[in-house]
Amino acid sequence: MTTLYFVIMVALVPVAFWAARRRAFAVVEGRPGVLHSLPTYHGLLVAVIVFIPMLVVFALGTPAVGRLAEARAVAALPSDVAADLLRRSAVMREVANVASGNHAGDPAPGIRAAADSLVATRDAGHLAVLVLGLAVAAAAFAFAYRRIAPAFRARNHFERFVRVVLMACAAIAILTTIGIVFSVVFETYRFFFDPALKGRPTVSEFLFGTEWNPQAAMRADQGDIRTAFGFVPLLTGTLLITAIAIAVAGPLGLFSAIYLAEYASPRLRASVKPILEILAGIPTVVLGFFAALTVAPLIRGWGESFGLDVSSESALAAGLVMGMMIIPFISSLSDDVINAVPQSLRDGAYALGSTKSETIRRVVLPAALPGIVSAFMLAVSRAVGETMIVVMAAGLAAKLTFNPLDAVTTITVQIKTILVGDQEFDSAKTLAAFALGFVLFFVTLMLNVIALQIVRRYREQYD
Amino acid sequence: MTDLAVSRPVTAKPALDVSSDAAKARIRARYRAERRFRFYGIAALVVTTLFLAMLLVDIVSKGLPVFKAHSLVLDVAVTQDAIDPAGKRDAATIRAADLAPVMRDALKSAVPGPLGRLGDRTLVRLLSIGAADDLVADLLRNPALIGSTIRTRLLLSDDADIYLKAKGAVTSRRGDGTITPDAKSGAVAIAASGPAFAVDLARIKAVMVERARVLETEAARLDRSGGAAVSDKVADLRREAAELLGRARDPAGEETLDTRLPSLLLSINGGLVKVEKLKADSAVGTALLPLSAASASSDWSVVTYATPAGDRKITDLEIALLEHLRATGKVEAHFNTRFFTSGDSREPELAGIRGALSGTAWTMLVTLVLCVPIGVLAAIYLEEFAPKNRWTDIVEVNINNLAAVPSIVFGLLGLAVFLNFFDLPRSAPLVGGLVLALLVLPTIIIASRAALKSVPPSIKEAALGVGASHQQAVFHHVLPSAVPGIMTGTIIGMAHALGETAPLLLIGMVAFIVDVPQAITDASTVLPVQVYLWSDLPEPAFQEKTAGAIIVMLMFLFVMNAAAIMLRRRFERRW
Repeated sequence: MTTLYFVIMVALVPVAFWAARRRAFAVVEGRPGVLHSLPTYHGLLVAVIVFIPMLVVFALGTPAVGRLAEARAVAALPSDVAADLLRRSAVMREVANVASGNHAGDPAPGIRAAADSLVATRDAGHLAVLVLGLAVAAAAFAFAYRRIAPAFRARNHFERFVRVVLMACAAIAILTTIGIVFSVVFETYRFFFDPALKGRPTVSEFLFGTEWNPQAAMRADQGDIRTAFGFVPLLTGTLLITAIAIAVAGPLGLFSAIYLAEYASPRLRASVKPILEILAGIPTVVLGFFAALTVAPLIRGWGESFGLDVSSESALAAGLVMGMMIIPFISSLSDDVINAVPQSLRDGAYALGSTKSETIRRVVLPAALPGIVSAFMLAVSRAVGETMIVVMAAGLAAKLTFNPLDAVTTITVQIKTILVGDQEFDSAKTLAAFALGFVLFFVTLMLNVIALQIVRRYREQYD
Repeated sequence: MTDLAVSRPVTAKPALDVSSDAAKARIRARYRAERRFRFYGIAALVVTTLFLAMLLVDIVSKGLPVFKAHSLVLDVAVTQDAIDPAGKRDAATIRAADLAPVMRDALKSAVPGPLGRLGDRTLVRLLSIGAADDLVADLLRNPALIGSTIRTRLLLSDDADIYLKAKGAVTSRRGDGTITPDAKSGAVAIAASGPAFAVDLARIKAVMVERARVLETEAARLDRSGGAAVSDKVADLRREAAELLGRARDPAGEETLDTRLPSLLLSINGGLVKVEKLKADSAVGTALLPLSAASASSDWSVVTYATPAGDRKITDLEIALLEHLRATGKVEAHFNTRFFTSGDSREPELAGIRGALSGTAWTMLVTLVLCVPIGVLAAIYLEEFAPKNRWTDIVEVNINNLAAVPSIVFGLLGLAVFLNFFDLPRSAPLVGGLVLALLVLPTIIIASRAALKSVPPSIKEAALGVGASHQQAVFHHVLPSAVPGIMTGTIIGMAHALGETAPLLLIGMVAFIVDVPQAITDASTVLPVQVYLWSDLPEPAFQEKTAGAIIVMLMFLFVMNAAAIMLRRRFERRW
């Protein structure tokens, strides 16, 4: 039925366009020069006027029909089932299966009746939506069609519509941000302050607690395991892995950038840049696989040959591979800022007799420092928010340690662990993931805002 | 300035010192520093390149075997009684038929027998659960084959497949002298005319010494990490190591080959004997494959499987059977089409990426349909129509920041808004596509804006000059010139979306789904998530599958990026 609606809509809109276009030619007896707007604009305007109401009827009508059909099906159920919320949702799932013909075997008579009522209401409702849509489209068409006249400013009206569409598209970016902020802030607020929530921590318990154990909040009968939502071990784990990653990627990325920007011949540049781009384009799940199955056993083996006790999910393995991931990131950002340093500064240094490396160390790098700092900040934000590498290569147990050979867990690992599988939006455990998401979003946002601000200032300085 | 001139007359200024030894040393030091600095740059590039090369070589070497699979090619007697006793010859009957007995008979006739109950069971276990699939397909295509003997391919199990793919796991040595077994099957004692097994015994002893060393290291490590809890364990380990060493030092002593030592198989008189006790001049064992005669022979060989039985999933009997089948030409290696034509499965040899590929296709379709029009229109608005005020400033900053928000946060958004609030179906490409569209939207907006900005204003001005409206100038003239740049940005954004995993985990696209999704609301998974799912499974065959799926994914990314580069080279104009 929905498909039919769409097919009719897609068919009607061009019809409206052609009819209006012909009408525009007709009202001026084939002399389009007399018209204010080109006939095509008359056609487009009418097409839009037909399309929008049809879409609105569909968007409002279809969910309404769904609700109504469900309500009727519930009404058709035995009253004891309808009153029990838990049983009702299970039965309704069965009803939906019967209605869509996926049910194996013979359903109970009560369910059969409910399914019949569901199907009947739904079919009638869809038909009503279709009829309503057609009626609205016809009315809109009649209204718009009659307004076609030589002096009618169809182009201006259509362009105003286009402008609104353009603005709406740009607004989606804002809406996304608002959506993110609302979803994390709302659930985080519930996590800390919803009185109905069992086992919720206070804000200071969350921020300064040194124990993280959300699992126990799952079931009431696991009373002996203490629920704890202390954020500190996750923070230290995240910082440890990030620090290792930056320690790897910082020097490698920065020196690559310096060499490419200052020393490399154009040919070398042209052949090395793609290597960095390939590295940047490798999905993180691939890097995670590499970290977990190749790098971690390698490090474990080395460690053992030196008599060290290395965990098989060491922070070092995850950090190393994450460093690999951000090398291209640091290198391309630093490359840009080094290239933006004016040549006159270098020439001045050369004129005083400095060697190339002295020029770079004493003149170019200090001049590019703000940009490089912001590149590192963006890299940190990327490392903090990276998920797949740590999910696959870092551990699950929250341990308060700074030993890189130990297994640690991170914020993103915990979000993923908590939210994969079935979630109940009324348990402290699920909401804890949103609180972690809030922290993550907030931290990375701050890093980005500051870094972008620095870059902006820096650009203004040399432009 | 004047102070300086007074306190230090011009004539007192030291001459420019460029020739003294100290000055030359300084210069040399500075040039050394220069070379060192350059070297750091080259080293950084080399290390990065090595990283990438290591990654790619590792993935490819792990994943390439997945494109090959092993099957047995056997003559299977498809009797009427076993398949279709009623003679109906219809699809339902063929599908419901139990082909296991037919296949078992074919297998038995391919190896020397009788093997006994354990042997028969092991023989059937060599085959995959889905081994009959090809046979069923043949019969469905041509029901007239029922009642005849047909040559068909039976897929081997994952363990057998991995064994056959491993090279050099088994070494064989031709024996010298004559040895005499005392039985054809069951327990067999073998006497040699001289020290025929001395070489093998020495090798076993060397392995024992090595094992003792490993145990010592382990004990030392445990001892260091300390605690009373492990002291018993440490003592155990030390005792075991000492015992091993003691046995190994006695060169003539008899050795019992347990599951922690390499397997020795004696191939003699057409049969195979697994050695359990070994001396330099005699051996005791069990016949895995029956011998043709219990008579002396000088034509014999020793087959060694270095990995101890305790460390592998495949038994000596299975190896014996597989080697026999391979030697008789019954094993065939072929291209693994199943990897591309079937969905996920719990059996590694049956699992394929078809489901994940379709899921990816549906998800990418939703993403593309949503984010390209929205992204391009938003870019047009911001670049061409937006007034320069605080609002557009906020939108701009917002888009730049959105591009750097961690992807998992988009998963939280999808979970809270699309699943929880709008009640859209879990695990569906529809929601996955929506989330990914929001994720890559900033990338596409930024790329499209750059493309629009690079079109020179003179083009727009010319259009405006001949009377076009602002929108006509933009849509008819500026936008077409910017299309190559927009397409490049779109492809790069889609490549990013193709490899994205984390947000999809949160919206339930991690379920184990066997069926290939047929619509955007069907439960499905995508390629990177399939990689993640398989990488978690313990079977070694799934590791191979993971790497294989990664290769396929990297191929797609490679093609997409190459297309983007080509577009940029061919169509992007420098004005």
